[in-house]
Amino acid sequence: MASVAGSCLVLGDNVDTDVIIPARYLVSIDREELAGHALEPLGPQVQARLRQSPIVVGGSNFGCGSAREQATTCLLGAGVKAVVAKSFSRVFYRNSINTGLLAVTSPEAAGAARDGSLVEVDSASGVVTVDGAAFSFIPYPPELAKIVEAGGLIPYVAAQLREEASA
Amino acid sequence: MSQTFAQKALARASGVSGIKPGQIVDAFPDVYMSHTASWRCIKTLESLGTEQLYDRDRIAMVMDHISPANTAKTAADQRLCREFAQRMEIKNFFDVDSGIAHVVLMEGGLIKPGQLIIGTDSHSTIYGALGAFGTGVGYSEITAAWVTGKLWMRVPESLRLKIDGSFLPGTYAKDLMLYLIGKLGADGATYQSVEFHGDLVRSLSISERMTLTNLAMEMGCKNAFVPPDNKTRDYLAAAGLGEGDYEELQPDADAVYERTVELDLSTLSPQIAVPHTVENVVPISEVTGTKVDQVFIGSCANAKLDDLLIAADILKGHKVAPGVRLIVTPASRMIMAQAGHEGALTTLLEAGAMVTNPGCGACAGNGGAMADGEVTLSTANRNFRGRMGSYNASIYLSSPATAAASAVAGVITDPRELAR
Repeated sequence: MASVAGSCLVLGDNVDTDVIIPARYLVSIDREELAGHALEPLGPQVQARLRQSPIVVGGSNFGCGSAREQATTCLLGAGVKAVVAKSFSRVFYRNSINTGLLAVTSPEAAGAARDGSLVEVDSASGVVTVDGAAFSFIPYPPELAKIVEAGGLIPYVAAQLREEASA
Repeated sequence: MSQTFAQKALARASGVSGIKPGQIVDAFPDVYMSHTASWRCIKTLESLGTEQLYDRDRIAMVMDHISPANTAKTAADQRLCREFAQRMEIKNFFDVDSGIAHVVLMEGGLIKPGQLIIGTDSHSTIYGALGAFGTGVGYSEITAAWVTGKLWMRVPESLRLKIDGSFLPGTYAKDLMLYLIGKLGADGATYQSVEFHGDLVRSLSISERMTLTNLAMEMGCKNAFVPPDNKTRDYLAAAGLGEGDYEELQPDADAVYERTVELDLSTLSPQIAVPHTVENVVPISEVTGTKVDQVFIGSCANAKLDDLLIAADILKGHKVAPGVRLIVTPASRMIMAQAGHEGALTTLLEAGAMVTNPGCGACAGNGGAMADGEVTLSTANRNFRGRMGSYNASIYLSSPATAAASAVAGVITDPRELAR
């Protein structure tokens, strides 16, 4: 989890949760199944590029709208490891941490990225690189980093429960 | 001292005093609300391999987004919730006949001032209308809270809104909020706790305050808050709660805010959010005459009793324009019954409205889908692309008064024009 890299798909400002995963598909929580409908309103070409892009780059207010957790899990199902954006909506940011998707706030990196740019995120040191240009960001505080590192809140709580049971 | 509402509420819920914005605390919510997403929480609980719940009485489940079930899959999901609630002795289970979770819980006396409420719905900010700290989370967090009783919370910075003046005829709390969202932007209050102060806010009913705290979410806030007063106490009394049943929290007079915005809205005209973002707001004069195929009066933003009465008052003696579909979905069963007693349902039906069972209805994409190129004028809180059927359809947002007037005219119409 400390470092992820790959080519990126660039989206704009205010990418909302109805665009990321339309409500009609919320009857599923299967990441793979959801991935088939991720970004569906943007058309099949964008969807195909999503599948080739471990990193999604957004503008400001990425993930605004609903509290639906599937907005992050559909991206994880499509193979996305990190979203780099100018800013995030609160609930999307929270859901990212709780489902193990890296969410990086960096207006500079988001502004520098072009479709297909090579983006590298080092979450521990707080550095994101776009086509070789490095930008710093504020890493997760330790309380939240351990949730992301566990792969999300549920695996994190499961590990805690196992610890308590064996103590 | 010098504490905002958010600092006080999260200090109460975490047991940590003197907390500051930016600090992360473990908070223990008073209510964990889950709506149609409840089955996802139950499935997630199965994956955790435990049925040891922290406090079952803090769980509230409301089957609102898809009511009644529309497929065998959703019926099975709802049966799972029903059976789980029975087996785990969860007393606060509200089935598909109840209405929208937020409204059902507030009118049922389950939301108290000062409490921390988490819900699987972004519009959980609405609970601030009663002076509670409400915030939306994902279903995994609700599941985790069922077991551990807590969740991590970053103490938010606060935005103080001071809103004075009074509404002109034809202008309502919805117009105020659309104007505000247009002015501050869809991320104008991201991560922040929004406090509503001022004479105009104080003059509003609890139902109108719900419209404020509900739509504050569309500026990206973490929670929203209206200071409790006698109106709050009266509402709570009607919901079966005496003043000894709760403890109000008020921000200190010298609390520190990240930003203060002062507005006088005495000259505000009806406002419209145009496709496809809620911050895309214009005065109604800029879109008057836009043809509508469908009008939806519903959602947790604007389908409460006062909203239905206002719409009925405008529709009385009129007919919905030929070719226009008017869908009215009361927010709760209680509100629907009250609207029936007041004669509003009959008026709406006689004018040509379709009145549906209470719930989220078309706002959550359950009925009321549009074909390519169609236009809906809606009293809900979102106009995102694809939210109501086709990705090539358009949603405009307005107050119930504007929606009712536009249903009669068949085009977006200033309610003051129709009244004349």
